[in-house]
Amino acid sequence: MGMTITEKILAVHSGKKRVEPGELINCKVDIVLGNDITAPVAIKEFEKIGVRDVFDKDKVVLIPDHFTPNKDIKSAEQAKMMREFARKHGLTNYFEVGRMGIEHCLLPEQGIVLPGDVIIGADSHTCTYGALGAFSTGVGSTDMAAGMASGEVWFKVPESIKFVFHGDRLNEWVSGKDLILYIIGDIGVDGALYKAMEFTGPAIQSLSMDGRFTMANMAIEAGGKNGIIAPDRTTIEYVESRAKRPYQIYRSDDDAGYERVIEYDVSNIEPQVAFPHLPENTKPISQVGTVKIDQSVIGSCTNGRMEDLRVAAGVLRGRRVHPDVRLVIFPGTQAIYKQAMKEGLFEIFVDAGAAVSTPTCGPCLGGHMGILAKGEKAISTTNRNFVGRMGHPESEVYLSNPAVAAASAILGRIGSPKEVE
Amino acid sequence: MEFQGRTWKFGADVDTDAIIPARYLNTSDPDELARHCMEDADPDFPNKVKIGDIIVADKNFGCGSSREHAPICIKAVGVSCVIAKSFARIFYRNAFNIGLPILESPEAVDGIDEGDQIKVDVDKGIIYNLTKGTDFKSTAIPPFMQELIDADGLINYVRGRLNK
Ligand code: SF4
Repeated sequence: MGMTITEKILAVHSGKKRVEPGELINCKVDIVLGNDITAPVAIKEFEKIGVRDVFDKDKVVLIPDHFTPNKDIKSAEQAKMMREFARKHGLTNYFEVGRMGIEHCLLPEQGIVLPGDVIIGADSHTCTYGALGAFSTGVGSTDMAAGMASGEVWFKVPESIKFVFHGDRLNEWVSGKDLILYIIGDIGVDGALYKAMEFTGPAIQSLSMDGRFTMANMAIEAGGKNGIIAPDRTTIEYVESRAKRPYQIYRSDDDAGYERVIEYDVSNIEPQVAFPHLPENTKPISQVGTVKIDQSVIGSCTNGRMEDLRVAAGVLRGRRVHPDVRLVIFPGTQAIYKQAMKEGLFEIFVDAGAAVSTPTCGPCLGGHMGILAKGEKAISTTNRNFVGRMGHPESEVYLSNPAVAAASAILGRIGSPKEVE
Repeated sequence: MEFQGRTWKFGADVDTDAIIPARYLNTSDPDELARHCMEDADPDFPNKVKIGDIIVADKNFGCGSSREHAPICIKAVGVSCVIAKSFARIFYRNAFNIGLPILESPEAVDGIDEGDQIKVDVDKGIIYNLTKGTDFKSTAIPPFMQELIDADGLINYVRGRLNK
């Protein structure tokens, strides 16, 4: 029997010809990632191991993005601890405020993660890089510490679920975000627990890289270990100019074994909205009803890329944000910020009455820059709508794509971009 | 390893934001985190939980973020062990890595009411409901995870390997 792309990458990195689902392996890692919340815990654990240096100073990546620019004294102390560790170990890939970005937007953009890699990150959305055809997964701080010291990590080889998207044209205003929300709505927040989620089919091939990152990003929201999309021409175009080291392309064999194959037809898929308090509570936009909102958030590692900002700007151009709504837009990286500025998107946003932020995780995790008060409702292009995710435990978060979030900001309630056309 | 304590029950899909909200993640101090343990699921939990108590939850406990602060705060507040129908992947990994015992047993979860006194024999994988006089088996801990427990967590395990 053949192997899936996930199995092939794991086999190569554990020095084996083949691996089987369920097998425990010790795997070499290409990149170990941490942020200002998870790295401080990892650094403390790293010190306990008693090695002098990290396994490779080019392969440990530290990014202050969650509570930065430092939101308070405690966050400043955490960021400082990480910065000092980066300096002490001479890390090549430490990105300071003003040069940084939300980690999962920044790493692919900078060519730090590449097809065929094994990447671990002490952040659950590390699964984002699967969009490049890499095996990439979130771990905790202790795993990160062990990875920084040894360059290795243990894994149980996951079974794979194949998701096939038929049809080559998405409906109007439908994006990668809607496809992944649709999956989560279908299989539930633990529907792919411990599994590799492989996204294939003509509709996936016609998706831009930005749309693919959004999909892989939310694999964890279905409990998945990784999300993965086999590289094609779109992938190679994206990485060619960015890669500073060789990379390897893997694809699943035709006779690879899957735990399940799930097929969808994209002609049936409308823009999706996930109701509080789980990403699986999805409804098509036509069935949302009247939900008034206080805030709309566009950005994050899920939807803070160029395509997302362009779509949002297209909806907002020449229109005004509803008087009762705050619209907060936070681009993923400095490069995206600059490009958006160049394309005149910020002028559109500001004229519409939106607040545009420097890249940060800020509002996405209820950190800073847009916290919700008791009873407030937000629509957001982020990935989680858990209780208290964006602020008060009695606030509510609805998840959507950027077009719906922009349209809702104008309407003052959750609505379709069609309503503002 | 054996634990005995009073149980606190939680529902399905308890996420890491409910276990320890992000607003408290500007510190990694276990005792400070413990003061907010499970706060968004039950605001009173940190006050009423006693050393040795046991959390019993439905499926997919610990879903969401990779924050190790979640198992850390549960351990630091004094909870001896978590029993659930299933655990989210990263939480499961983290719990073993930091030495918080966790057991999967759908039957036990259904057979325990909040407030029951239970005894857990981690090595044998048996959960005794002392209040009701019943007992349940849990899913066996994989041998490699057992190795991690024996080494007292991943850091010791890796230290042993790297300094060999
Ligand atoms: S943007 Fe949100 S989901 Fe993404 S890394 Fe930051 S906090 Fe996590």
